[in-house]
Amino acid sequence: MARKTTPARKSARKAKGAPAAFTRDEEFAALRTMLLVRRFEEKAGQLYGMGKVGGFCHLYIGQEAVVTGMFMARDPEDDVVTSYRCHGHTLVSGADPKAVMAELTGREAGVSYGKGGSMHMFNPSGHFWGGHGIVGAQVPIGTGLAFANRYRGNGKAALVFFGEGAANQGQVYESFNMAAIWKLPVVYIIENNRYAMGTAVTRSAARPEELFMRGAAFGIPGEQVDGMDVRAVKAAGERALAHVRAGKGPYVLEMQTYRYRGHSMSDPAKYRSREEVQKMRQEHDPIEQVKTRLLEAGQATPEELKAVDAEVRKVVSEAAEFATSTPEPPAEALWTDIYADENTARGEG
Amino acid sequence: MADTILMPALSPTMEHGKLAKWLVKEGDAVSPGDVIAEIETDKATMEVESDNGGVVVKLLAPEGAENVPVNAPIAIIAEEGEDVDADALARAAKPAEAPKPAEAAKTQAAPEHSMPEPASSAASADDAARPAASFVAAASSISAPASDGLADPALNLSITPPPETDPVLPPDVEYAGMTVREALRDAMAEEMRRDERVFLMGEEVAQYQGAYKVSQGLLEEFGETRVVDTPITEYGFTGLGVGAAFAGLRPIVEFMTFNFAMQAIDHIVNSAAKTLYMSGGEPNVPIVFRGANGAAARVAAQHSQDYSAWYAQVPGLKVIAPHSAADAKGLLKAAIRDPGPVVFLENELLYGHSFPVPKVENYVLPIGRARIVRAGDDVTIVSFSRGMEHALKGADLLAEEGVSAEVIDLRSLRPMDIPAIIESVKKTNRLVTVEEGWPVCSIGAEIARRVTQEAFDWLDAPVLTVTGRDVPMPYAANLEQLALPGPEDVAQAARRVLYRQGG
Repeated sequence: MARKTTPARKSARKAKGAPAAFTRDEEFAALRTMLLVRRFEEKAGQLYGMGKVGGFCHLYIGQEAVVTGMFMARDPEDDVVTSYRCHGHTLVSGADPKAVMAELTGREAGVSYGKGGSMHMFNPSGHFWGGHGIVGAQVPIGTGLAFANRYRGNGKAALVFFGEGAANQGQVYESFNMAAIWKLPVVYIIENNRYAMGTAVTRSAARPEELFMRGAAFGIPGEQVDGMDVRAVKAAGERALAHVRAGKGPYVLEMQTYRYRGHSMSDPAKYRSREEVQKMRQEHDPIEQVKTRLLEAGQATPEELKAVDAEVRKVVSEAAEFATSTPEPPAEALWTDIYADENTARGEG
Repeated sequence: MADTILMPALSPTMEHGKLAKWLVKEGDAVSPGDVIAEIETDKATMEVESDNGGVVVKLLAPEGAENVPVNAPIAIIAEEGEDVDADALARAAKPAEAPKPAEAAKTQAAPEHSMPEPASSAASADDAARPAASFVAAASSISAPASDGLADPALNLSITPPPETDPVLPPDVEYAGMTVREALRDAMAEEMRRDERVFLMGEEVAQYQGAYKVSQGLLEEFGETRVVDTPITEYGFTGLGVGAAFAGLRPIVEFMTFNFAMQAIDHIVNSAAKTLYMSGGEPNVPIVFRGANGAAARVAAQHSQDYSAWYAQVPGLKVIAPHSAADAKGLLKAAIRDPGPVVFLENELLYGHSFPVPKVENYVLPIGRARIVRAGDDVTIVSFSRGMEHALKGADLLAEEGVSAEVIDLRSLRPMDIPAIIESVKKTNRLVTVEEGWPVCSIGAEIARRVTQEAFDWLDAPVLTVTGRDVPMPYAANLEQLALPGPEDVAQAARRVLYRQGG
């Protein structure tokens, strides 16, 4: 087929064999980060069940390797933006777990002062720009972050996360087009967890088996990655970032991942079988993979692994304790931060 | 460490659930993610998973139990070999203080969601100071005090006109005749020279020199990095502009016309206007959305809409709609310097009109202050943008009849200078608004609401709103003329509020 000879097709590739091994330190760093996200999200789910968290609550359980591997690959100055499934990204960008949990409970000490909630978390000091509730809207926004980086010539890149459901949005392709024309330093990360709410990717996407080709028409190289293997994610992230930093324009990474929980807390999960979920958990869990590798290589004892878990559980328990005891925003907060103050706005003076 | 499983709230409205089925029994081993029970909620049947692995020590709620309250303990799971006192754990988990979501919502929402008392003429002075709870501002015959530019919860406004007024010009100031088009171009060029973060993007802004020639010469002076031709993809490039503003640049996003910005209104409202609030104060989004708004000539319905009222409704946006070249220049410079998102509504038919523009450095006007363009005593006529042409010509017609009309140019629609209108109404006691947009939920309707609520006793006649007709814009020349208001409509409305013959 002619398509096979296009440069995009040539540079696109499916996931290959095992990626480069992690050092013991890298394995432990990845384990700790992924466990933090996992335990945090479990606790968030419990607090939701207790009525302490309101509204919509989209958990990231199962997808931890994607955010962890990409953040291991990024430069700390690189900009990041994502959708409403944003707790993990906020945490890994360096936000205090207490402040993230307090945002979920709608408290003044939350990362967004209790005014954004589960879907609208920001951490500008960690170069994390939200937490966007309109499917796909973060894609042009992230492309704009990359535009600003190119404008300033600062060598920074932008990492734009979106789901395979958002990958059908028109504005994604408007963004691909502009990023390709202007060779913007942006990595588009499709978190393909196989279900857009309850609609399977096979029912919502044309050519669902190769979403990494979605940039091909614009000459954007793409790669399909085992998003359950944090080593594969990091390696692909490093390749993509090297490409975009070299001035070669954008790059697409399709992370094949899986979400164990429902789309949100009120998801009856009628669209997939329990066996499918359990099979993923038992055979591909990103956290268990690291633990198994460490144990089999004799790089860690079961006690050492338990100690990491205990340490993370403590952080999460303290976050939950804080988030359920710290006060709600004062009534005056209803009327603040609608308009930027001339004197305190960023970049003034 | 044993886990007590509580009855989860599986939807925001759930208070009780039915324990439809246990999928485990006491003594069973469970792995993380195993479904242990099915719960029937008010919406659906849902599965409950165990987060941790272990052994089911005790099932506390029998299968088939109905109305199990949210947060009641339903099972205890312990690590294998762990010795637990199940009864003690169950007692400890009694959620005495945990509020049920529905109750919590009720107690929090009650004051705000109850129907406000209708404002009556007997409303006391205290009403003005009452905080946000009342969503209907109390009627008052006293005009609002001079505003400070901040939120005014008593009036239920997130922004009010600033205390600043137009700069005082030197007595010997010179004026240059300049078109609105040239004034806009000069404003952008001056601000781009002043601040390297400012750049212009949009369709045909660079090589073509602007579809309406507003950006003429900018590419030559500033280069293609700062004057950026975009593809015809409003949704995408507007979102891109917003992202660049997150990062601290100062984008000016030009829409060839605001009709096309309808594709991008999601980013203007959801991404630009709301981000400061929902992030709790950072990032601010310093961006200007500008371009031709409203009816041009003979371009039919899809290219002839006035979006003034749409954008003026949105908290987080500032909205400007100037008429004269001097105001266009001074307010566009202010918009570019503003730390937040500003919608700047131009009018194609005004681009070529010439006005005197003061030859001074740094001519920046305050956003949110109206201007009295023509003083008068008998009736107040308020308008903005191209509506000002009809308002001023209408005032000429009235002058021939011996009626002295005061004409106010709003210039900004959000914040809106209602105090200036009320000051004028105190003198004339009669008010007519003029705009080309549709009548329903219009700018005029908003002015009528505010003046009726805040200055009712100063009115000697109902406020009349002169607007475009409530129809899509037709193409045929005669029908198009019928769809838009003109000077005679303005004069006729003024005669009516004056109860004059012919009115």
